[in-house]
Amino acid sequence: MSMATATHDADHDHGPAKGLKRWITTTNHKDIGTLYLVFALTMFFIGGAMAMVIRAELFQPGMQLVDPQFFNSMITVHALVMIFGAVMPAFTGLANWLIPMMIGAPDMALPRMNNLSFWILPFAFTLLLSTFFMEGGGPAGGWTLYPPLSLQMGEGFPFMIFAIHLAGISSIMGSINVIVTILNMRAPGMTLMKMPLFVWTWLITAYLLIATMPVLAGAVTMLLTDKFAGTSFFNAAGGGDPVMYQHIFWFFGHPEVYILILPAFGIISAIVPTFARKPLFGYSSMVYATTSIAFLSFIVWAHHMFTVGMPVVGELFFMYATMMIAVPTGVKVFNWVSTMWKGAMSFETPMLFAIGFIMMFTIGGFSGLMLAIAPADFQYHDTYFVVAHFHYVLVTGAIYSIMAATYYWLPKWTGKMYDERLGKIHFWVSTLSVNVLFFPQHFLGLAGMPRRIPDYSVQFADWNMVSSIGGFVFGASQLLFLWVVIKTVRGGKKATDRVWEGANGLEWTLSSPPPYHSFSEAPVIK
Amino acid sequence: MADADRNRRSVRRIVLVVIAMFGFGYLLVPLYDVFCEITGLNGKTGRIAEAEVAASYRPDPSRSLTIQFVASNSADMPWDFRPAVATMVVHPGQLYATYFVAANRTGQRMVAQAIPSMAPTRAARYFNKTECFCFNQQPLEAGEEKQMPLRFIVDPRLPKDIETLTLVYSLFDVTGRTASQ
Repeated sequence: MSMATATHDADHDHGPAKGLKRWITTTNHKDIGTLYLVFALTMFFIGGAMAMVIRAELFQPGMQLVDPQFFNSMITVHALVMIFGAVMPAFTGLANWLIPMMIGAPDMALPRMNNLSFWILPFAFTLLLSTFFMEGGGPAGGWTLYPPLSLQMGEGFPFMIFAIHLAGISSIMGSINVIVTILNMRAPGMTLMKMPLFVWTWLITAYLLIATMPVLAGAVTMLLTDKFAGTSFFNAAGGGDPVMYQHIFWFFGHPEVYILILPAFGIISAIVPTFARKPLFGYSSMVYATTSIAFLSFIVWAHHMFTVGMPVVGELFFMYATMMIAVPTGVKVFNWVSTMWKGAMSFETPMLFAIGFIMMFTIGGFSGLMLAIAPADFQYHDTYFVVAHFHYVLVTGAIYSIMAATYYWLPKWTGKMYDERLGKIHFWVSTLSVNVLFFPQHFLGLAGMPRRIPDYSVQFADWNMVSSIGGFVFGASQLLFLWVVIKTVRGGKKATDRVWEGANGLEWTLSSPPPYHSFSEAPVIK
Repeated sequence: MADADRNRRSVRRIVLVVIAMFGFGYLLVPLYDVFCEITGLNGKTGRIAEAEVAASYRPDPSRSLTIQFVASNSADMPWDFRPAVATMVVHPGQLYATYFVAANRTGQRMVAQAIPSMAPTRAARYFNKTECFCFNQQPLEAGEEKQMPLRFIVDPRLPKDIETLTLVYSLFDVTGRTASQ
């Protein structure tokens, strides 16, 4: 603090304001990054609590705890909260913290908009969660909001739609900020092909967001006008078509799943070289692979709707296009493994999560390939196999990458080391339990258990109980994660500036924690 | 302040993309209709003027097709609704007439809209109607019963492997809604 005071007159370098006002009015990328991450963590626990309700209800066949309508709203809001409230804000928080420090910029390009785009989020999710207290309860038609079912929601319907609008506006503004920052604010000498992969993957993610979020906004606006303004976009009686909603929704929805995973690829590409003590294998092929995945994500949407009655030509097109995505994704996994090959590896917690990511994300990728086979999908569609698939890519994929990133950069952010022993316990308990939680769901799905049901036939009882036990342990182990983070923030061993022996990149040249305003003078890029 | 200018220019460009993509979402609606009309996807059957029939088609008595008629009510529709005949055997290229029967057993005047659908869907674009109760909204007074006509012709170019066509009408309650198509 004394240094900040000393330099105050010289260059008007203000430290943070005091108290609550700092967080409300801040335009500092580090503060806003922290806000995003804290918000995401809060939402992660709210969404996680809903998952606990779901697994508790499914612990045994029969109706146990909650009524079916409430169960359906749990599965719907669990998904909305986890996707739009936890994973996306967590990635935006990481982008805020890291992108300026990685490209040698003093801050994000549009700091005021940055503040606004964060502060919209608490309002959006208060709106969404408030629907539980309204006549008719929360949304219960599934997170995809297919009409006509979603239109049968109670009085909370417009609140839910506006919540989605707000969350969408927030992430569009966040993406604009990321794109402008990366394109205009790089330090001299930081060419595009020198950028860290986290910056690259976020640049592409931001483009996906600005291209698809407005389409989602359009789709939910059509739902809104169908319900209240007498339009018939999805109403067959007025000449509309409910299947068209699925096309429009998945035109957004498929790129969205890459929005949820591309930044994770960037994180893993930062962590693996550090702990393998080798440069990343195939940097430029990583960039091209990410770009190809982003492009392909726009032409595969109908693989979510193989069973709506498409002509064979359509099914074949979407099947082959989907399978093609396995090629650039395979390139990435190959490159990560090659980076580790013959490296001087050490297994600190971030590396454990990164390796866990690579293995379990690949399992999710393979079950995705199975689902891409149109005739097989007729069997798997809307079963627990799909649930197992997307939880492998989202929980052990996206969430694991966020955990890895937290352990990796937390010493940089706070200036203190986390408790390595607790971190490792967190990893092993999470990894064992998450597989007990989701792997049996493959068996349930292949045996024919449909998703989105509060009760099931008795032949599914055993694996559901196993899955629920895994779920409770996984849920509880995340409290350990919370404790590790709190413990680090409140005091831990002092971290060095470099933190990790093998770490490379501009953010490691700053002190730990970095000064409130970093890179006011652009760094020299070798 | 060159940087601020550059940022402003970038933001303007990106905002244009956002607006364009919002518009694109809505543009998908007419595109979808056109696409379905051209390909006959989605079971949307065709329409043809009676005067054109003779010029367009030559009857093919060597081939016989079975047409099945199915009537169904959407969720909240209280009317009785059924086809006059369940099946017809027809020759491609020849004009046929049949009718569906609807009865409004409720105590008030109601308006209905019938929406056709065909299975197999790839047959839909070969199934053309010169007259159909689905072309218009159908009002019925309380207690009224009505025969609703349908005149159709099957295009002789219908793929040879199709021998049975199922035509389904779903009846929707549109009382209080203005006509939109």
